This record gives sequence, C-alpha cells and structure tokens, in this order.
Amino acid sequence: MRFAQRGRTLIATGQTLKAVEEVKGRSLWVDARRRMLKNRAAMAGIVILALVAALAVLAPLLSPFAYDEINYDIIACAPNWWPAEASCRAPGHIFGTDSVGRDLFVRVLFGARVSLAVGLVATAVSLLIGVLYGAAAGYLGGRIDALMMRIVDVLYSLPFVFFVIILMVIFDRNFILLFVAIGAVEWLTMARIVRGQTLSIKQKEFIEAARAGGVGPLGIITRHVIPNVVGPVMVYVTLTVPGVILTESFLSFLGLGIQEPLTSWGVLISDGADQMETATWMLLFPALFMAVTLFCFNFVGDGLRDALDPKDR
Amino acid sequence: MTALLEITGLNVHFSLADGDVHAVKDARLSIREGECLGVVGESGSGKSQLFLAAFGLLAANGRATGSVRYRGQEILGASQARLNSLRGGAVTMIFQDPLTSLTPHMKIGVQITEALMQHRKVSRAEAQARAREMLDYVRIPESARRLRQYPHELSGGMRQRVMIAIATITGPDLIIADEPTTALDVTVQAQILEILRALKTDKKTAIAMVSHDMGVIAGLADRVQVMRQGEIVESGMADEIFYAPKHDYTRMLLAAIPKADETPSPATAIGAPLLAVEDLKVSFPVKDTNFLGALFGKTRHLRAVDGISFSLNQGETLGVVGESGCGKSTLARAVLQLLPKSGGRVLWLGRDLDAQSDIRKLREEFQIVFQDPLASLDPRMPIGVSIAEPLKALEPHLSRETVRGRVRAMMQRVGLDPAWINRYPHELSGGQNQRVGLARAMIVGPKMLVCDEAVSALDVSIQAQIVELIRELQAQTGLALIFISHDLSVVRRLSHRVMVLYLGRVVELAPSAALYTDPRHPYTRALLSAVLTPDPRAERAKKRELLTGDLPSPLDPRAQLTFLKSRLDQPDYRPRLEQVAQDHWVAEHD
Repeated sequence: MRFAQRGRTLIATGQTLKAVEEVKGRSLWVDARRRMLKNRAAMAGIVILALVAALAVLAPLLSPFAYDEINYDIIACAPNWWPAEASCRAPGHIFGTDSVGRDLFVRVLFGARVSLAVGLVATAVSLLIGVLYGAAAGYLGGRIDALMMRIVDVLYSLPFVFFVIILMVIFDRNFILLFVAIGAVEWLTMARIVRGQTLSIKQKEFIEAARAGGVGPLGIITRHVIPNVVGPVMVYVTLTVPGVILTESFLSFLGLGIQEPLTSWGVLISDGADQMETATWMLLFPALFMAVTLFCFNFVGDGLRDALDPKDR
Repeated sequence: MTALLEITGLNVHFSLADGDVHAVKDARLSIREGECLGVVGESGSGKSQLFLAAFGLLAANGRATGSVRYRGQEILGASQARLNSLRGGAVTMIFQDPLTSLTPHMKIGVQITEALMQHRKVSRAEAQARAREMLDYVRIPESARRLRQYPHELSGGMRQRVMIAIATITGPDLIIADEPTTALDVTVQAQILEILRALKTDKKTAIAMVSHDMGVIAGLADRVQVMRQGEIVESGMADEIFYAPKHDYTRMLLAAIPKADETPSPATAIGAPLLAVEDLKVSFPVKDTNFLGALFGKTRHLRAVDGISFSLNQGETLGVVGESGCGKSTLARAVLQLLPKSGGRVLWLGRDLDAQSDIRKLREEFQIVFQDPLASLDPRMPIGVSIAEPLKALEPHLSRETVRGRVRAMMQRVGLDPAWINRYPHELSGGQNQRVGLARAMIVGPKMLVCDEAVSALDVSIQAQIVELIRELQAQTGLALIFISHDLSVVRRLSHRVMVLYLGRVVELAPSAALYTDPRHPYTRALLSAVLTPDPRAERAKKRELLTGDLPSPLDPRAQLTFLKSRLDQPDYRPRLEQVAQDHWVAEHD
C-alpha cells in the first residue's frame, strides 16, 4: 500500500516535469542508499569501522614504539592513567605493556591489522567461491545441483577444529593456512545462500519474460540473476566478516593461529586472559576493540538488510 | 432509523519519504442497519484506507482526523481495548487475499472458534458446533473434516469462505468486505457474492462492500458511493448511480465494464494460417506429499494440458477461457516453447518447432505478455532497458542509438511518455507497467502475441484501456493474438473465436458470436452466467447456473467426466469433441 502510494505521487511529479527530457529514474539502489543513510546505528557503525581501519593502517605512525620492541624494565606495567592499583607504571604507553614489556597500544593496532585482514580476505575468498558455486548449482538445477549441494553437505559435516588441526599437522603452522582453513569453511554457507536466492529468482516471471524475449542463459545470469542476488549476498558478507574474526581469535586462543611476534586480537585476548587478575588492561583493550568492531559490523549488516529489502522487516 | 456507522469529515494523511499524502479527503458516509453500502473506486482512491482508519487499523505512518461514530459513540481515537472489543465482534472484516489473512500454521477450526471465544462467552464444544454450522452456511462441503485442515489445503475460494465464516460467527452488525472477490475466478466470485447476499437477507447484517468493479457491487448494494483520489465524488441509491450517473468519473467506471450484449468486434481480418497445435500434452511429475511417499512413492503425472488442438490464422484473435488450474497458462508456455511438452506437435508456418535447432532465432515472431505487470519486469532495470532487451538479444547488430530510438518510438505507441525511459517499474502504476510489458513484446515486431491474463490483475477501468491498446496495436500490425483470461466477458471484445478449457481439455470451441449467444456445454453456460453486469435490477433478478464446490483435482482421472457422469464406469474415457455447427465444437456431455 505504501509503495503504491509513493509510486503515485512520483508519477504526479513526473507529469509536471514533462518538459524536462528523460526523467531520471530512482533505482532500488538509490532507495536503499537513502534508507541506509537514515539509519543512525548503521551509519555510526560505518564511521567507527572506518576509524578502526584507519588506526590499523596508520599504526606505525601513531606510536613511537615498534610492535615487537621488548623492554624487560617494564614488564606488565599499567598505563600512567590506570585508576586501580598496579605494581608498576609505564609512562608513554597509553594502553600499558604486555608480559614481555611490549607496548600494548601498538600491538592492539597490529592485531587489528591481522584480524581485519583475515576477516576481509577470508570473506572475499568465500564470496568468490560461494557465489560462483551457488549460482551455478542453482541455475543449472537438476542432478548437477543435487551433486554439488551434496558435496557441500559432506564438507559441512567435517568438524572444523579437527579439520584445522589436520591441516596444521600436514602443512605446518603458517599464516596463509589460516585463510585457507577459514575460507574453506565459510564459502559453504555462502554457496547455500546464493543457490537458494538463485532458485527463487529463477522462478520469477521476469526471467521467463527474458527467455521469451530470446535472451540466452549467460545473459540471464549476468543481467537478471546476479544483480538481484547482490543484495542478500552483501548483507551476508557484512555478517561473515565478524564471524571470521571470531573464528580466527578462537583458533589463536587455542594456539593454532598467528605466530609471535605477529599478533591478532585473538592472541592478545588469550594472553590477556592469563594475566586477567594482575594486569586487567592486557585483556580489556584488545577485547574492547574486538567487541566494538564486531558490534559495528553487525549494525552495518542489519542496516544493509533493512535498506535492501524493507518488505522483510 | 439511526445510522449504525456514521463517518463525518474523515481525513487520512500518510507521511512518506517523498512528502505527505492526503489519502482520504473529508469523507462522509453512513451505513444503516441491515443495509449494503458499495464503495467504488480505482486502486489508490483511498477506499480501503477509509475503513482501516475508521477502525484504528492504519499503518504506523498514517493519521486520521474527523469523526467516526458507531451506534452514536465516537470511536475514532478510542482506546485499543475498546476497539478490540468492537473489531471481530460487532464489526468484522473480510480482506482481499484469503491466503495471507489466515494464519498458515493454525487449523481452520481453531481460527474460526478463536474469534467466537474471544468475543462471546461460549464453551469450546459449543464453539466447535457453531463453527461447523458456519462452514455449512458458507457452503463448504464436508465441514467436519475441513475444520481439521490447514489453510494451504484449501483452494482460494474455500479460504475466502472460511474468512466469511470467521467474520460472521460472532453475529456482527456490520461486515466490511474489502475487495473480497478480486483475487478469485469469476465462477467463485459469483458463489461468494451469493453468500454475502444471503447474509444480508437472512441475518440482516449490514455490509460495506469495497470494490473497484461496479459489476461486483451491482447486485448487492442498496446505496453506492464513488471515490476518486481520496474524495467521494458521487453518492446515492444504487439504481440512481447505475442508471443515471451524474459524475463523469462514475460514467467512466460504468463504461469500462464489458457489456453482456456487446457485439464482438475484432479489429482485423483473418489471413493465412500461422500456427497449428496438434494434440498438445504437457504433464508435470507429482510425488506424494507424505514422508514415505516422497521417499519411495512412485511419481504420478499431473496432466496440465491433456490433448489440445487448435489453429490460428494471421490477424485472428483466439480467446482462451477457463478457471485457474485449467491449464491455460501452461498451454501458452508450451506453445511458445518456454516449457517442455510431453506429447503432440506445434507447427509454426508449417514447420515443426521441435525440428528447429535454435528456437531463440524464432522468438522474434511470437511474444508474450504476462499477468502480473510488476513481477514480469526486472525490479533493478529501468523500463527502457527492459523494453530494449529482446531487441538487443535478437538483433545484436543494431547500434545503441537505433535501439534507443526504437524504444522511444515504441513507448510512444503504447501510450508511455518516452521521457520515462530511465524510470523503474516500482515508480509506475500497474497499468503503466503493463504498457511496458506490451512494448517489450511488440518491439521485435512479432507475428503472434500471447496475452496470458494480461489484464486480470488490473482495475476494470485500466483493463478497458489496455484491451483497447491491444486492439489498436493489432489493427496496425495485423498481429495474431491468443488472449487468455478467466473471464468470458473480457475476451469478448477482441476475439474471433473462443476456446473454453476445463482441466486441460477443450470443452467448447466456437466463433465468438455463436459461443455467447448459443453456448452448448454446461461449463460454458456456468462461466457465462457468472459474468457480472453493471445493472442492479438484472443482477438481482438473475438466476445463476452456479457450479457448486471446487474444481476437482486434476490428478483424479474421473475429474474429466464431471460433465459426462454416464461414463463414470470408464474412468479413462475422455469426452470427444463433436461438431454441432460450422466451426462450433463441443465436448460430449450429459
């Protein structure tokens, strides 16, 4: 009802503008962007995420200390402003130092680099494989679809941690492996989502109309299916990134992730948890950064979902 | 007599992103006890919002001002508790879409008794008994079994009857029926209207009947109000409005309804043979729906199209008529090679289409217009791109400028402003989107156009415009048309010949003059008698040959023998077509 009326008012304005050549249409993307811009929580999320990303990128410029610079004089010292009692203070280290005397601020920012990189790269990998695989399965249909999706089911049923441990044993621990392991799991859900969307779009009348108009299968996938799948996929992407960051921190927590002296939020939290009672700041700052980031990603994802399909609210 | 419902100076505003919309302007109406008020207007005229606002059911961004009195008491802006005790009890509503207004996971029986137990103090057993009575009253067969079924197990017509049962079980003073028959087939529509009429005469219930179709109101309403763009432009007794309309808009609405006695006047002369369909069959595999059946059961075949033959000549219009589920859309898609067929042949200009290596090359010669104008356009594409699509696919050598020029010319021909080339489907109305669909089909210059219920989703007044447009295009280009509809009166204006389908088979095929004046098959006669006319006296007096109940399941082999009961002992027998006059074929019947 609301849509019909909005359409009507626009037509009215369209008629008054008749003299103007070619009225510019208002696409669904423009509509979605406007709804997104009006969503305060999502916009705040975007701003904060941009800030965290900027901090991570500019990390070396923001602190006089290097991330691997060890100083045995100030082991596990609180920052100067720390309100509670502490065994020692480390002036100049605004987040304090860790258990080998490295600056925590710069390490949190370097952790952000790793965590965000893992999140984005693994998501991109899963996006690439998942969209191609899912769209192909959904569009081809029939036996091919059944076979492709059973493969996904089999992979799904592998215990994830077990899978990672086996990879570690075979290939030794390394950074790349982390992307592979996480990407290998995340694309499964993406493929299922894209396949489902493709199946439902394939049923739509406008696809039949395109077929009746003589458009071939490739044209239909690129011109009609993919643009209409992009919305739900984008939403899922924003919700995958925090999932991947969590997975990475979980693996690091178990000692299967990033290696010293490099660090990630997961490693920092794991280390901080050991010192929780004597040096709370070592847990507090990385945990705070991670929580805020995940929170923002979820807000943005939620906002995108509302903006892209307002009917499902 | 005092008014049951009295609305004065009601204004409804919606605040939207694009500004304020004044949906209802200073509306004034009253309904007396036991009276039927018809409220007529096109979609978007504010007729539904008027009643939603009166009973506090507006969307969150809407606000209503004015006065609404129910039995003398002000109810606009009354508390939720007060409104809840009124709604569903003394005042009930029936909405357009019977599937979305029933809760899918609750059994019919529970949903019917829920309303009763909410508003009247009755025991569960008593409520059950009343629910059965109500189902019998709205003529649902096997009421005891139906109470234990879920909404999806019933057909659209059945569900709407369940909605009426829910709306009447509390014994309301007033029923607000908002387009209660718009989503239904004509035959089912006639049955539903029959029930509403009975409600009015037996139970003395007042009815507010909201519709875009003057025909629906004609036999039922005592008084009529006509709404346009939020304003009531004319109101009066039904006979005055129908026989002596004062406002131009009312006259326009009345003129839009296809007349029963209108002589068919197809636009073109018939030329050489174009299409021949021989014994076409399309079947879909169906598995049993229970768990074991889905795993191990053998697949049965639903014969959607079960041996249909016909031919079509250049410039000729063939009307194809039948209720939902009779296979008319499947027939269209199989003829256009959009669905695989399971038997028979389709010959285009004498060539078997199966033998064509690349069917896409032939798509230029036959095109289709779909039922739902919005769903058949890609929501993310500007309409200009949608219109150009077949042209780009079929004539890729054309330059961008040529394509654009042809799109603009085509838009002009179908009555769209070429300046709108970059607009999106959601910015246009249903009728305008259907013009886009027509432009897309016509741009490659086809020899044959299939209109699959192309006007069924539109308001009656817009229907008339689109039918007129199709006729103009046909006159200009000598196009052959297959015009599919569930409503015999719609195809009448255009058709040279009409083919009536029942469960995937032809029951009658005749030149339109013969079919409308001398229908031979009982099914055709039932379809014809279900057609509504904007003539209250005739409608009230009309004796209808109604079909009772639903279309039988096409999976049941005996369903084909509904009109040939004498052969029921041979379940595989198919009624044969017999020639009764020149070009007039009728299926065997008792």
